[in-house]
Amino acid sequence: MAAKSKRLGVSPWWAVLFIGPALLGMTVFYYYPAIRTFWLSFTTASVFGTDVKFVGLDNYLELFSNSELWLAFRNTLIYSSLSLLVIPLATIIAVLLNTKGLKGIGVYRTLYFLPVVTLPAVVAIVWRYMYNGDFGILNQVLGLVGIHGGSWLTNPHTVMFAIVTVGIWMALGTNIVILLAGLQAIPDTSLEAAKMDGAGPIRTFFSITVPLLSPSLFLTSVLAVIAGLQMFDLIYLLGGSAGTPGYDESVTLVSLFYKVAFADNRTGAAAAIGLVLMLFILALTAFQFRMQKKWVHYE
Amino acid sequence: MSSTRSILTAEAPAPKRRRPGSQRRLASVHITLIVGAVFMVFPFVWELLTAFKTFGGSTQVPPQIIPDPWAWNFPDAFARINVGQMTINSVIITVACTLGQIVLCTMAGYGFARIPFRGRNALFMAFLAVLMVPGQLFLVPQFEIIGKLGLLDSLPGVILPGLFSAFGVFLMRQFFMSMPAELEEAARLDGANVWQIFRRVMLPLAKPGIIALAVFGALGNWNNLLWPLIILNTSNKFPLSVGISALSQDVHNSTNYPQLLSVALVAMLPMLITFIVLQRQFIAGIAFSGGKG
Repeated sequence: MAAKSKRLGVSPWWAVLFIGPALLGMTVFYYYPAIRTFWLSFTTASVFGTDVKFVGLDNYLELFSNSELWLAFRNTLIYSSLSLLVIPLATIIAVLLNTKGLKGIGVYRTLYFLPVVTLPAVVAIVWRYMYNGDFGILNQVLGLVGIHGGSWLTNPHTVMFAIVTVGIWMALGTNIVILLAGLQAIPDTSLEAAKMDGAGPIRTFFSITVPLLSPSLFLTSVLAVIAGLQMFDLIYLLGGSAGTPGYDESVTLVSLFYKVAFADNRTGAAAAIGLVLMLFILALTAFQFRMQKKWVHYE
Repeated sequence: MSSTRSILTAEAPAPKRRRPGSQRRLASVHITLIVGAVFMVFPFVWELLTAFKTFGGSTQVPPQIIPDPWAWNFPDAFARINVGQMTINSVIITVACTLGQIVLCTMAGYGFARIPFRGRNALFMAFLAVLMVPGQLFLVPQFEIIGKLGLLDSLPGVILPGLFSAFGVFLMRQFFMSMPAELEEAARLDGANVWQIFRRVMLPLAKPGIIALAVFGALGNWNNLLWPLIILNTSNKFPLSVGISALSQDVHNSTNYPQLLSVALVAMLPMLITFIVLQRQFIAGIAFSGGKG
């Protein structure tokens, strides 16, 4: 295609017009900040601080000797792993929605999609109310079957599970839509061939549907892990704040970053957290891409 | 493309012929989906009911299902928080960022897909690299730049970095790459220049891509909490995302849920209405970008 355009004589100056504005913005707001963050992570920088000293690896050494970072690491991993549960749930619902002759797909899709278009702050208020230990509806319903739930968001044992549940509930709609699009692209002939061979619905699902859907499943799980590693909103809105019960069990890398940078005003140390997070994300994504050879089938 | 189309036609009437076995199967599918939908929708129903309860009613054990007595909490709730102003702020931020992204990403995406120049692939890789990096890594310097520009605690300060999106450039580039080159060649032979071809031939055809970009831009900017939280201090400049979270943390201890939820109810309406009106575009946009990612 490039050769063709060249023959027809497109001046490369057009590229300046078309890409230039975006490139300028990307440089000012992304490339320069990335380099600056890298530099800041070796300094004692603070927000608008003038006394910036180069301290080498001190920020990193301090971070790794600091138990809060390890807590954040652990919690971030727990959150991301648990949030992957959205994939099997969304797959089941998408497969059901893809049932031949099913009416009312639009209605179901809308209902499952509602949390996606709701502000996280609104979601947080509703769930905080439902999770309330004294008069929350969750405990009242559990009470009917004899379970006495505590205060879900301040109990160290339950806070992370409670937050992940909300995260999965919010992410379900997007994943259903992506997976349903993937399912609808699977030719009917593959499924019919399986039926002719006498495969039952479960067998067909695992030996035909899952392999054919695997590119979409791969995409949704990579996105879910990245989103999980960067989760901030729900942690900030539902997790404990520093010093309150549940904080140690719900602080994540990004919420720790926010606290160190803008509450403690130590942007140098926060920059180091950001870089650690980036390496963490790159490593996990690379791992997923490596593993995909084992289970993802591209046509 | 094909996925976008099939999802749009998903609601086409089903074939009439049906065997009794498949009838039973359909019924069980419906039941499972309804149970799931109840879990999805219950929090909203509970929000709606609680917004009309008295404070006492909201803390009752066993719970009040139907408000008794009904309470009209909106005047008190609105006295605490300027939802109108916050909605306006949210709309300004969302519309400005989304429009900026549409213009800049569509142009850059077209440039990467169709204009040959030296180092094009390397530059595109550099755009892609930004997608790999968590956004928090840019935050502190972005904050400093907005500060140096004197835009802290202002809506333009919130909007400015949001005008650019590496994801949008990627999405639009993939979209233009998938379009046949013949269309442009015909226009070029007619003597149209690159801008005219882009504006008159390609842009009208790029609608599905632009819709996907707009849906992502709108949802992302509307919901964005961290960036405006950092930039803004004055409550009359808060968008809903920040305002509602500040309110929920402010009265956290008093936990007057009927008031909080009546504000929450109003705050979720603009996006909800937009979604209901533009449902097909939302779904197609998400499905489209899923196929491209």
